Amino acid sequence: MNETIFISILMTVVGASTPILLAALGELVVEKSGVLNLGVEGMMLIGAVTGFAVTSVSGSPLLGVLAAMIAGTLAAMIFGYLTLSLTANQVATGLALTIFGIGLSSLVGEGYVGKTVDIFDSIFPAALAEHSFLRVLFGYSPVVYFSIFMTVAVAWFLKSTRPGLILRAVGESDSSAHSIGYSVIGVRYAAVAFGGAMAGIAGCYYSLVLTPMWAEQLTAGRGWIALALVVFAAWRPGRLLLGAYLFGAVMTFELHAKAAGFSLVAPEFLAAMPYLATILVLALISLRKSSGSQAPASLAKPFKPST
Amino acid sequence: MAFITRRSIIKSAAAAATLPLVGTGAWAAGPLKIAFVYLGPIGDHGWTYAHEQGRQDLIKHFGNKIETTIVENVAEGPDAERVIRNLAKQGNELIFTTSFGYMNPTLKVAKRFKKVKFEHATGYQRAKNMASYNARFYEGRAVCGTIAGHMSKSGVAGYIASFPIPEVVQGINAFTLAAQKVNPDFKTNVLWVSSWYDPAKEADSAKALIDQGADIIAQHTDSPAALQACEQRGLMAFGQGWDMSSFAPKAHLTAIQNKWGVYYIKRVQAVLDGSWSSGDSWWGMKDGILEMSAFNDRIPADVQAAARATQAAIIDGSGHAFDGPIIDNEGKERLAAGSHLSDKDLHAMDWYVKGVQS
Amino acid sequence: MLLNLELRREPSRSMLYLTPVIAVLLTMIVGAIVFTLIGYDGPGAVREIFLTPVLDTNYWQDLGVKAAPLILIAIGLSVGFRANVWNIGAEGQYIFGALAGTGVALATWGMEGWWILPLMCLAGVIGGMVYAAIPAFLRTRLRVNEILTSLMMTYVAIQLLNYLMRGPWKDPEGFNFPQSRLFTESQTLPYFGDTIVHLGVPLAFLLAIVAWFVMAKSVFGFQIRVVGAAPHAARYGGFNANTTVWMSLLIGGGFAGLAGIFETAGPYGQMVPQFPTGYGFTAIIVAFLGRLQPLGIILAGIILAISYVGGEIAQTTIGLPNAATGIFQAMMLFFLLATDILVRYRLRIVTPAKLERAS
Repeated sequence: MNETIFISILMTVVGASTPILLAALGELVVEKSGVLNLGVEGMMLIGAVTGFAVTSVSGSPLLGVLAAMIAGTLAAMIFGYLTLSLTANQVATGLALTIFGIGLSSLVGEGYVGKTVDIFDSIFPAALAEHSFLRVLFGYSPVVYFSIFMTVAVAWFLKSTRPGLILRAVGESDSSAHSIGYSVIGVRYAAVAFGGAMAGIAGCYYSLVLTPMWAEQLTAGRGWIALALVVFAAWRPGRLLLGAYLFGAVMTFELHAKAAGFSLVAPEFLAAMPYLATILVLALISLRKSSGSQAPASLAKPFKPST
Repeated sequence: MAFITRRSIIKSAAAAATLPLVGTGAWAAGPLKIAFVYLGPIGDHGWTYAHEQGRQDLIKHFGNKIETTIVENVAEGPDAERVIRNLAKQGNELIFTTSFGYMNPTLKVAKRFKKVKFEHATGYQRAKNMASYNARFYEGRAVCGTIAGHMSKSGVAGYIASFPIPEVVQGINAFTLAAQKVNPDFKTNVLWVSSWYDPAKEADSAKALIDQGADIIAQHTDSPAALQACEQRGLMAFGQGWDMSSFAPKAHLTAIQNKWGVYYIKRVQAVLDGSWSSGDSWWGMKDGILEMSAFNDRIPADVQAAARATQAAIIDGSGHAFDGPIIDNEGKERLAAGSHLSDKDLHAMDWYVKGVQS
Repeated sequence: MLLNLELRREPSRSMLYLTPVIAVLLTMIVGAIVFTLIGYDGPGAVREIFLTPVLDTNYWQDLGVKAAPLILIAIGLSVGFRANVWNIGAEGQYIFGALAGTGVALATWGMEGWWILPLMCLAGVIGGMVYAAIPAFLRTRLRVNEILTSLMMTYVAIQLLNYLMRGPWKDPEGFNFPQSRLFTESQTLPYFGDTIVHLGVPLAFLLAIVAWFVMAKSVFGFQIRVVGAAPHAARYGGFNANTTVWMSLLIGGGFAGLAGIFETAGPYGQMVPQFPTGYGFTAIIVAFLGRLQPLGIILAGIILAISYVGGEIAQTTIGLPNAATGIFQAMMLFFLLATDILVRYRLRIVTPAKLERAS
């Protein structure tokens, strides 16, 4: 294997991992605030179709990404209103959001099937972006750099800022956070909105960057992988980045192994691996019982101030 | 207002209630009622889209002599059986079920509705009132193979494939054999994705094949994602099912287009004439059920001519995509020189020719 | 004037039963308006989706066949949901149960006898239970959240199905198409006359009624309700929380597995990779729409079946795209979840004057 191939493989891994990382980062913040939104796949699809439609009409991928963000946020707000303001069951609402997203995106997208759009220009000069070696650093879509920036930002936010501390407090013990005087509902609304925006961007990464087109269920179930990844990473942004790249690497290496004529294990086993690994990690976390890496204590529990 | 229409329909049905079954033959005097059952959305720009174009051809040809109904996104299995059954009940006299997975459901319904005629695409089960039809896609693959043999510099093609069913295996072999007529050392590297539709995986598969040395990509999956990956890498690829050049204007060399309309027109005419009978139709390029879409300008004139020659030979019968001698990829001679593989052999094909790595 | 929510002293029973009706009506009204606004025949869509399948008796058998698996799975899930055990992996248990039953069918292929079909069904139930036992074990022994594990297990089951269909269980005479052999006469559920109704349909309804009886009249039903309503009180009352988790998941898995093998040995008549159609997830909606009560679940299962069958009708009659069905279903659940609050809270109209007096 020469270095050109190696670099290509690396770039494919990064490309395949980015949308999962984006969606998972959003969900991580949502879950840290004590909310479980299973509607990631639905929000991603809404983001994917909106991003594609707006780019297709306006010609600007940047506008497309912004629109996808807004659309994802709006979809998340349906979830937020039902679960936070009306204290509806989070599991059922999340599933309904996914069903809604699949239906809505295919209805909206009908007129855009069979079209394609121009993808993002590189933000770096061609000398860097297309350099045979340096492209491994500079040859990506701007969304990729955004995802890495956001990983750092989320990690810093949760660990070192006061709002981040409040968010975690709300997720660990909503009633104590409330009694100290924080707005549990307000914090959770913000987290859910952030999750929606990130899922929207993740979705439009598929329709604008990876495969610049719209087709029904374009994300093909990757929203669920994102959900698994949050747990796999034990709710830590740094591990999330590693986990996303690990999953992406396994998937890409599998294709390369097959293309090179090796078939090590059944491909179905590799496809099931993210989920099996997640269950294993969950079990290990519990065995070690190390504090700080467990599920937020208030996860999926509705909160209604009793005043 | 809509309610009134509905009620009047119910009334007229009640008036005809002496008939034991509402439907079959009750409106025989009116236009011929035809229904289509689709696997995907009509806008999938692939398999279902091609069938939908066939239905449009049908409407253009017969006008108000026929009345067509479609049901899209029908899951293979019990849902298909219910949908087909209800279409038969609603008085459709000819029903096209356009995916392999509808085979057993169609057969079950056909047994119950003896007067309704069924046409099932790509399967192997038939009944007195259920015909099967398919196209010789491999003929188009041979044309692609000729182009690939000329255009590929590395002499290695990547082939993204779904499942090793005979139709897919035929395509891989026909493609490789045609390319080897141009370049005897030509190799085809097959990557099974175990799915008909997964755009992101198809795109990543194309990239993996390219990184492993392929400079031209063919596919037997439904999305244009692999073409887009080739466009981004500045390489070449073939479209599937329909002209996909809008997705990859530079990379898209040509595509095999499924023109189901010619078959549909003939079969509907047979029903109108009263001459319809069951059977298996496996049509090829000479029947017009397959066409090559416009060749990309980047294909040099002599290569275009060579591709046209392959096509012409298949159409006039002077050449066959599976002319002997054929040696499989384990070195065994499958067919001696001087003949070509029979349809029976093709229907059961589960081996690969020399030069295929799968 | 302000709207204020006021906690009811106890959940309103009338609202409990009224809100699903309100949700369905709201869906019809809003659906008609929205689909008219985006250029479809809105009232027609509502008519074809919600009314035609009910008014035209031709479709009743479709409703029964479509509702049966949803009802079966939802009944099993409702037990756990009442005890606050969130098994959302019924889809996986449905698949795994079906696979277990298929395994029996393939092992007995070519044999004849009355015992084969019951054995397949038993394997289905056990398969579903075994699959649900994994999240149960993780929850009781390692305190791992069952929402996440049961969901993850679903995707593992799908891959297992794909593997078996592509490899070991592929029909040897099926030209390499990824699907199993067709089951024989002794391996398929009997049908009623010329209909599409198989034995699994009446059994599903029967089991729902049995479940209602058990939940309403037995000690076990009481235990489940107590644990769900007040986990701490239940512990003091001598109920073992772990037992409840185990029972909840095993019952949910068993019912889902049974539904799986009923579908395989009934309408499918073989195993295919397209087998997972999301019934396990839709059943969660059915369980909620039915208020976690067996009789309500029967009704909810039928309503969901109506929306599926009606969606198909609307395609053929007024050309409504398939996607509309999903939107109607999601709306129905959104409205139900939104109106849910009326069960526990009272809407009070507060005038400014009253507010001032209060402060």
